[in-house]
Amino acid sequence: MTPAPSQLPAHDKASIRVDLQLVANQIKQDSRVLDVGCGDGMLLAYLRDFKQVDGRGLELSMARVSSAVREGLAVIQGDLEADLKHYPADAFDYVILSQTLQATRNPKEVLEGLLRLGTHAVVSFPNFGHWKVRLALLLTGRMPATPTLPDSWYSTENIHLCTIKDFLSLVNELGVTIEAGFALNSSGQKRSYNATSWLANLFSEQALFVLRR
Amino acid sequence: MSDADIIADETLAPRLTLEEPLILQSGVSLSPVTIAYQTYGTLNDEKSNTVLVCHALTGDQYVAGIHPISGREGWWHHLVGPGKVIDTNRYFVIATNVLGGCMGSTGPKETNPKSGKPYGLDFPVFTIRDMVQAQARLLEQLGIEKVFCVTGGSMGAMQALEWAHRFPERITAAVPIAGSYRHSAQNIAFNEVGRQAIMADPDWRQGKFLEENTVPKRGLAVARMAAHVTYLSEPALHRKFGRKLQDRENLTYGFDAEFQVESYLRHQGYTFVDRFDANSYLYVTRAMDYFDLAEENGGNLVNAFKDTNVRFCLISFTSDWLFPTAESREIVHALNANAAKVSFVEVESDKGHDAFLLDEPEFHGALRGFLDGAARAIGLGEGARGESA
Repeated sequence: MTPAPSQLPAHDKASIRVDLQLVANQIKQDSRVLDVGCGDGMLLAYLRDFKQVDGRGLELSMARVSSAVREGLAVIQGDLEADLKHYPADAFDYVILSQTLQATRNPKEVLEGLLRLGTHAVVSFPNFGHWKVRLALLLTGRMPATPTLPDSWYSTENIHLCTIKDFLSLVNELGVTIEAGFALNSSGQKRSYNATSWLANLFSEQALFVLRR
Repeated sequence: MSDADIIADETLAPRLTLEEPLILQSGVSLSPVTIAYQTYGTLNDEKSNTVLVCHALTGDQYVAGIHPISGREGWWHHLVGPGKVIDTNRYFVIATNVLGGCMGSTGPKETNPKSGKPYGLDFPVFTIRDMVQAQARLLEQLGIEKVFCVTGGSMGAMQALEWAHRFPERITAAVPIAGSYRHSAQNIAFNEVGRQAIMADPDWRQGKFLEENTVPKRGLAVARMAAHVTYLSEPALHRKFGRKLQDRENLTYGFDAEFQVESYLRHQGYTFVDRFDANSYLYVTRAMDYFDLAEENGGNLVNAFKDTNVRFCLISFTSDWLFPTAESREIVHALNANAAKVSFVEVESDKGHDAFLLDEPEFHGALRGFLDGAARAIGLGEGARGESA
């Protein structure tokens, strides 16, 4: 007999995207997690099935919310900048924000908001300090378009791009502790050096930080 | 007097009479209270697989199978049955006729033991809370201490929310569909139109029409017609009827049902009177009007679900203007404020409020996924599933 789909974990270990795997590695077993911008819930399903996490998700796209709910996940449709305020302080151990900070209207408030809800925030973003970005602007005189940031200046949702250095300075201003930092290539794979090193700001396409209040 | 005397129609069995009087929210003590119900599927040994389905204003306990009076399929036959979303191979489904309904539960058309005549307007006014109390007592008497899921659309959603508020420790999950935590002013207004239509019908006889052998058909039909429009949407009406004429090529310049939409509404109205009691309509709409979970919790809905462990799934429909998405979203926000486990989907549909009764794949997919997830979380999945396969 083939088991019903609902009895199988929604995603087996091999199928999770490498960038999500790195995020998942930062999350402790049995913790409470809010995934902001959770998409179709792939990460939440993985955390539920392999780390017994009590997870919640927020997602803007109704089609993705619908897929996530079909997976049996506690995901709601909503906008992070409007909806995070409804959650109580300290409700979560981890609040995850993947590749979205740069698309928010007020990244500083968003970061503060994440750390109000959770003791930890796991934040990833594209690094605008990567050498290809720098070189593209220098040589072509036009807004850079790279594999990580492919959209034109007029169609991109990324209204608040920053470099790793910029991010570190904001984190410093907020008085937040960095528990871990990872430099990543364009597909989200970990590089051999730490995101806080000077190399990272020049050579990594993306960064992932685990912040603690 | 036996139950059989109170309710002659045996097709409306099974029924159960509550052992104690029901103290209503108004303070009135009501006794005896009999609740008619239907069950589908089998209660498992652990008694952990009950799904309580709550009906809307004019629904009843016949969610699946053939309705004994209308001869049509039950109102949620798309969803309830073997292998369906609410899988009766897996879940034990129970649906009651609400307190004050007219399909076998104690209500205004049943006999008042004090007078020996139908209650009529002597029946006490009751609320959604009273309906839920009666259901809770029925389940206790049936030996079901914990319900896996309470669900329903419209007024059924109100009952599901009331369950989550009043008996959070007795339910695992709640799925309020196309509902609200309070009846809006607009909805109270529409209900009032319906009630006034009934009461304006001379055959209503101040509520004593059963004693006087009349039926306020015209009033009840008009009430149903007005309400029916609120269950649809302009795109749905347009698609179905447009401005098409009924059985004629040209306008006849009169007040016959010239347009198909008129003919359709008249049909809806006049078939309704055969299966619904006009006084029940007054009372049940009143119960909806009184519903306001925020007001009775210090004006703040957040307090209604303090630290709740119930898993919620809220579902709304884009074209539902009777219970718009904004009202479900307010519930979601109140649940978020309690860090509750909540799923929320707004389903794209142009079928209006009635979408919750229809074959809407996105809605059904979301509900199936949610139920699977909740069942897995309490270890309900494998056993019941395995038996059926």
